[in-house]
Amino acid sequence: MPEKMHSDTIAAIATAMSSSGIGIVRISGSRAFEIADQVFQSRKKNVSLKEAQTHTVHYGMVKDGDQIIDEVLAVVMRGPHSYTAEDTVEIDCHGGVLIMKKILETVIKYGARPAEPGEFTKRAFLNGRIDLSQAEAVMDLIQSKNEYAMKNSISQLKGSLSKKIRKMRAELLYEIAFIESALDDPEHISLDGYEERLEEKLRPLMKEMDGMIRSADNGRIASEGIRTVILGKPNAGKSSLMNVLLGEERAIVTDIAGTTRDTLEESMQLQGISLNIVDTAGIRRTEDLVEQIGVSRARQMADQADLIIYVVDGSQPLDENDETIMEMIRDRKVLVILNKTDLATVISESELSEKTGFPVIAASAREETGIDELERQIQNMFYEGKIDFNDEVVITNVRHKTALTEAAESLRMVMRSIENRMPEDFLTIDLMDAYERLGTVIGESAGEDLVNEIFSRFCMGK
Amino acid sequence: MVMPNVEEYYDVVVVGAGHAGCEAALACARLGMETIVFTVSVDSIALMPCNPNIGGSSKGHLVRELDALGGEMGKNIDKTFIQSKMLNQSKGPAVHSLRAQADKQEYTRQMRITLENTEHLTVRQAEVSEIITENKKITGVKTCSGAVYHAKAVVLAAGTYLKARCIYGDVSTYTGPNGLQAANHLTDSLIENGIEMFRFKTGTPARVDRRSIDFSRMEEQFGDERVVPFSFSTDPESVQKEQVSCWLTYTNEKTHEIIRENLDRSPLFSGAIEGTGPRYCPSIEDKVVKFPDKDRHQVFVEPEGLYTNEMYLGGMSSSLPEDVQYAMYRTVPGLEHVKIVRNAYAIEYDCINARQLKPTLEFKSVAGLFSGGQFNGSSGYEEAAVQGFMAGVNAAMYVQGREPFVLDRSQAYIGVLIDDLVTKENHEPYRMMTSRAEYRLLLRQDNADLRLRGIGHEIGLIDDAEYERVKKKERDIAAEVERLEKTTVGASPKVQEFLERHGSTVLKTGATMAELLRRPELDYFMLTEIDSGRPELSRDTAEQVDINIKYEGYLRRQKQQVEQFKKLESKKLSLDFDYSLVKSLRREAVQKLNLYKPSSIGQASRISGVSPADISVLLVYLEQQRHGKQG
Repeated sequence: MPEKMHSDTIAAIATAMSSSGIGIVRISGSRAFEIADQVFQSRKKNVSLKEAQTHTVHYGMVKDGDQIIDEVLAVVMRGPHSYTAEDTVEIDCHGGVLIMKKILETVIKYGARPAEPGEFTKRAFLNGRIDLSQAEAVMDLIQSKNEYAMKNSISQLKGSLSKKIRKMRAELLYEIAFIESALDDPEHISLDGYEERLEEKLRPLMKEMDGMIRSADNGRIASEGIRTVILGKPNAGKSSLMNVLLGEERAIVTDIAGTTRDTLEESMQLQGISLNIVDTAGIRRTEDLVEQIGVSRARQMADQADLIIYVVDGSQPLDENDETIMEMIRDRKVLVILNKTDLATVISESELSEKTGFPVIAASAREETGIDELERQIQNMFYEGKIDFNDEVVITNVRHKTALTEAAESLRMVMRSIENRMPEDFLTIDLMDAYERLGTVIGESAGEDLVNEIFSRFCMGK
Repeated sequence: MVMPNVEEYYDVVVVGAGHAGCEAALACARLGMETIVFTVSVDSIALMPCNPNIGGSSKGHLVRELDALGGEMGKNIDKTFIQSKMLNQSKGPAVHSLRAQADKQEYTRQMRITLENTEHLTVRQAEVSEIITENKKITGVKTCSGAVYHAKAVVLAAGTYLKARCIYGDVSTYTGPNGLQAANHLTDSLIENGIEMFRFKTGTPARVDRRSIDFSRMEEQFGDERVVPFSFSTDPESVQKEQVSCWLTYTNEKTHEIIRENLDRSPLFSGAIEGTGPRYCPSIEDKVVKFPDKDRHQVFVEPEGLYTNEMYLGGMSSSLPEDVQYAMYRTVPGLEHVKIVRNAYAIEYDCINARQLKPTLEFKSVAGLFSGGQFNGSSGYEEAAVQGFMAGVNAAMYVQGREPFVLDRSQAYIGVLIDDLVTKENHEPYRMMTSRAEYRLLLRQDNADLRLRGIGHEIGLIDDAEYERVKKKERDIAAEVERLEKTTVGASPKVQEFLERHGSTVLKTGATMAELLRRPELDYFMLTEIDSGRPELSRDTAEQVDINIKYEGYLRRQKQQVEQFKKLESKKLSLDFDYSLVKSLRREAVQKLNLYKPSSIGQASRISGVSPADISVLLVYLEQQRHGKQG
C-alpha cells in the first residue's frame, strides 16, 4: 500500500444534490468511526460504529447533542475496502439540501474537515483504489472541481460580505505586523500596554464574526440553489420575467433598452426547488462603458449558470446580438422564452426551436402567460436530473462557515493567551491563524502579506 | 587557449573572503578539501563595512545555528565583542536574540588568524575574472592576471563587489565598500554562462569622530550584566568582561526639513541609482519621505572598536551630498559640532537571481558551482555567513560524492532563509526576520545545539566530545521533565506560603511540579524552594526544562504542523522534469514550475502562482509515475 498522505478525516456530501430521494454524507479518514459515533445514535442501544463489522448498515438518528436532525442509515466500511481505502462511514439521509447541509455541519463540528474539491477521488487514487490508467481523468477532475469551487466561492459571496472580511483581515494584519515589528526592532517599537489595546480591538471583531456565523445558518453567506441566469438582448423583457417569477417588482422595468446595467440576484422556491435567479444586462455591442461592464458581467454569470433562460423578443426579428447569445449558450442547459406573444410576433416557436436547438416556450411576461409552462419545464428538468446542480455550492458554504468558526476560535485563543499572560509573540500565532482562515473564504492566501505590511506600516531598521 | 603562466590545482575554490567566503573556505578545509580562497584585499578578510554588530533579532538565531553546525562566526564574535545584549528578554523564549557590538578591526584580525592557521586552506589576493566550465560543469577559475586555478567545485561569495559603485550626491566612484577595489569582470563571465543577474543597492551611514560628540545630550545604553556567549563551545565565564556603551539620540523636525529641502540632490530620488534597495533598512531620506508623520527617528551612536575614535551613526544611512550630510547630522542633539571621518554612501552591485539555485546553493545549470552570501541577494553579515557555510559544506559533499546537505524550514532559520531565497520572488536584499519562520517556537536560539549539533557531527565539523555533550544535555532534559511531571506536592503550609508569596492560587489538593510550573507567575527557578529532589543541572539545561514544560501545549501544536509539512517536503521532484507534460496543470503553474524547477512538492507549494489544486494534481501524477516505473 502506498503511504497515506492524509490521515485527517474529511467529510462532504457525496451525492449530487436533488430535492428528492436519498442524499449521502460521506466521512473518510482515520477518525471516521469515532466522529460518526458522536453524531449517530443507533435505534438499538449500545451499537457503536467503531465496533461494527465492515459493510454493515445501521438504522438510527443523527443528533447534535440532544437535537435530532434526521432519521438515517449509516453504512460502515473499513479501509481498505472503501472508495478511498480509508475507514469510511456513509450517512444516507432524506435528501434535501438543508438536511444534508446540517448533517455535514454536525460532522464537521465533531472533528471532520470539509473535503477539498475532488479530495475523495484524490485519496482513492493515492491509496491505490483507482486504476493508474485513470490518473489523467483524476487530475482533470481535481482541477475542474477546484476551478468550479473557486469561481463559485467568490461569486457566491455577497458583495458586502467579502468587503467585511477584507476589512477584518486588514485590521488583523495591522495588529500582527505591529507586534512583529516590535519583536524585530524592540529598541524602536514598544509593546508596553499593548495587550489591553489588542483586546479592545478584538472584541468587536469577534462579535462581527459570530454574527456572520449565525447568518451562515440562514444561508445568507452565499446563495445556494440552482443558478438560473436570464439572458437576452436589451429590452427583450428579462426584468419583467424576473419580476413575474418572483411575484414582486424587484427589477426596474422600462421600455428603454439597456435599463438593467448590472446583474440582479434573488432566490426563490419553486415547489421545493431552490432557484437562484440572476437578471442580467441585455447583451449587445455598446459604446456605453457602464453598460459594457454590465454585459461582460452577464457573460460571466452565464458561464457559471446551472440553467440559462434565454428570452427572445418575439416582436423583433433575430439580429446579430441574438447570434452572439446563441453562440454563448451552445452546449448549455437552456430554456428559450419566446416573449411578447401579446404583440404581433415575427418569429415562430418552431423556427426558434430549430435555430437554437432548445425547447421553446411562448410567453408574455406582461400578460403573465406561459409562466406556468416555464415553471413546469424547470421542475421536469430538475427531477429528471437534466440540470447538473453542483454540490460544490453547498459544500463551499459549509467550508466558509467552518473557516469563520475557526477564525473566531483562534481569536478566542488570543484572548485566553492574553488572560494567561503569554508573551506577545505567542499571540501572533493565533492571530495569523485567524487571518489565514478568513483568507480562505475570499480565496486569498497569506503569502508575503505580513512582511509587506510590516515594511509599509512601520518604520524600522537602523 | 593560451597556456596560462600560473596553473594550480585545488578541490575547492572560494571567491571572496567576506563573511560568506570565510565560512565556506573554513568548512571545506576542515572537511579535508584542498581549498583556496580569493580576496581583493587580504587586509579586509571578514570585513564589516556597515554596522558594527553581529546578531540581533533573528540574526542572532542564525549565528547560533551556524555555531551548532560547526561554523566560525559565533566563536569569532565571542573573541572580539565589546558589548553584548540579549534582546526581547521580556518576550517569549522564541524571540530572545543575542546581539553584540564588535571591535571591527579585531574581528577581521581574529578571522584572518583563524584562516591562516587552518590546514588545507590557502589565502590568495587576486581578482577572479572568469569561471571555467566544460559541458555545464565547473572546472576552475581564472584571475585577472591570467592565472588558472583548476577545481572540482567553486563557491562564489563575491558579496557586493561585482561592478560595485558607491554614490553620495553627485559623487560616484567605481569601488566596492570602504573604497576597496571592485570586481568588474566576473559578471560578464557569469552572464556568458547563462546566469541571470540582478542589480541591488544598499547604504551605510557616516562614521564620525568621537571627540566631536557631546554625549551628555544622549542616552547611554549598556550591555547586559551577565553576557551569554554566541558559541556553544565558548566557556560562559570567559566572556564576562568590561563592556563599552552605545548612545541613543534622535533626529528632529529641523533634520527632516533639511532632508526634504535637498531631496532633489539625492541620487536615490533623481534616478542616478538604479538598483533596488531594502525596505527594512531605509536611508534616512527614505524614512522621512515614507513616514512623514513621524516627528523623530532614533539614531544609535556606536563605537567601531576599542582603538579608534570612529563612531557609527546607526539609523542615518544616506546618499545625500556631503554638505547636506554635515547639515543634517549637526541638527541632531549631541552631534551639533560633529566631524565626519567617512561619508555616508549608497552602494550598487550585481548579484544573482537566487531562483537559479538548488536548495543546496548549487546552480541548477552549472554542476559544481555554488553560491553564497550577499551575492545571492541577501543582506547582513549573518545571512551571508550561514549561506557561505551551507554552500561550502555542499561543495565539499559534492567533491566527496556524499549526500547533499539541506536544512528545511522546520529545522532551522537557515532553512527558512535559503528556501525563501531560492523559492520566492526576491526584489530587494533579503533580510531574516523571526516572522518569516512559521515554526519559530521550535526554532529557538536557546536550542540550536539540540537541533543541529548532531547534524554538524554527521557532516564532520563537530567533534565527538562536543557531540557527546549535547547528547548528555538531551538526556538530562528528558529525565528532569519526566521527574517534574511525576513529582507531586501536597498542600503543605510551606507550599501554600510559597504560592501566596508569588501571587499564585493556593492548592486545594496535590499538584505535580509540572502543573505548578505551567502557571504564568511561576517558573522552574522559583520552584527550587519547594522542590527538594532537584538534580544539579547547568543553567542551559534548566532553561530547556522550563521552556519545554511551560509552553508544552504550543510546542506540541507546532510539532504537529511540522509533521504535516514534512510529508510534502519528502516528496522529491526531479530538476529535469518538464511540467508541460502534466496536462491538468494550469498554464500559470506550468510556467512557474518550469522556471523554478522545485526540488520537492513542498517547495513547489510555496511558489507563488501554484495552487493547492495544482499540488494535488502533481501528487496524483507522481503516484502514477512511481507505479509506472515499478510495474
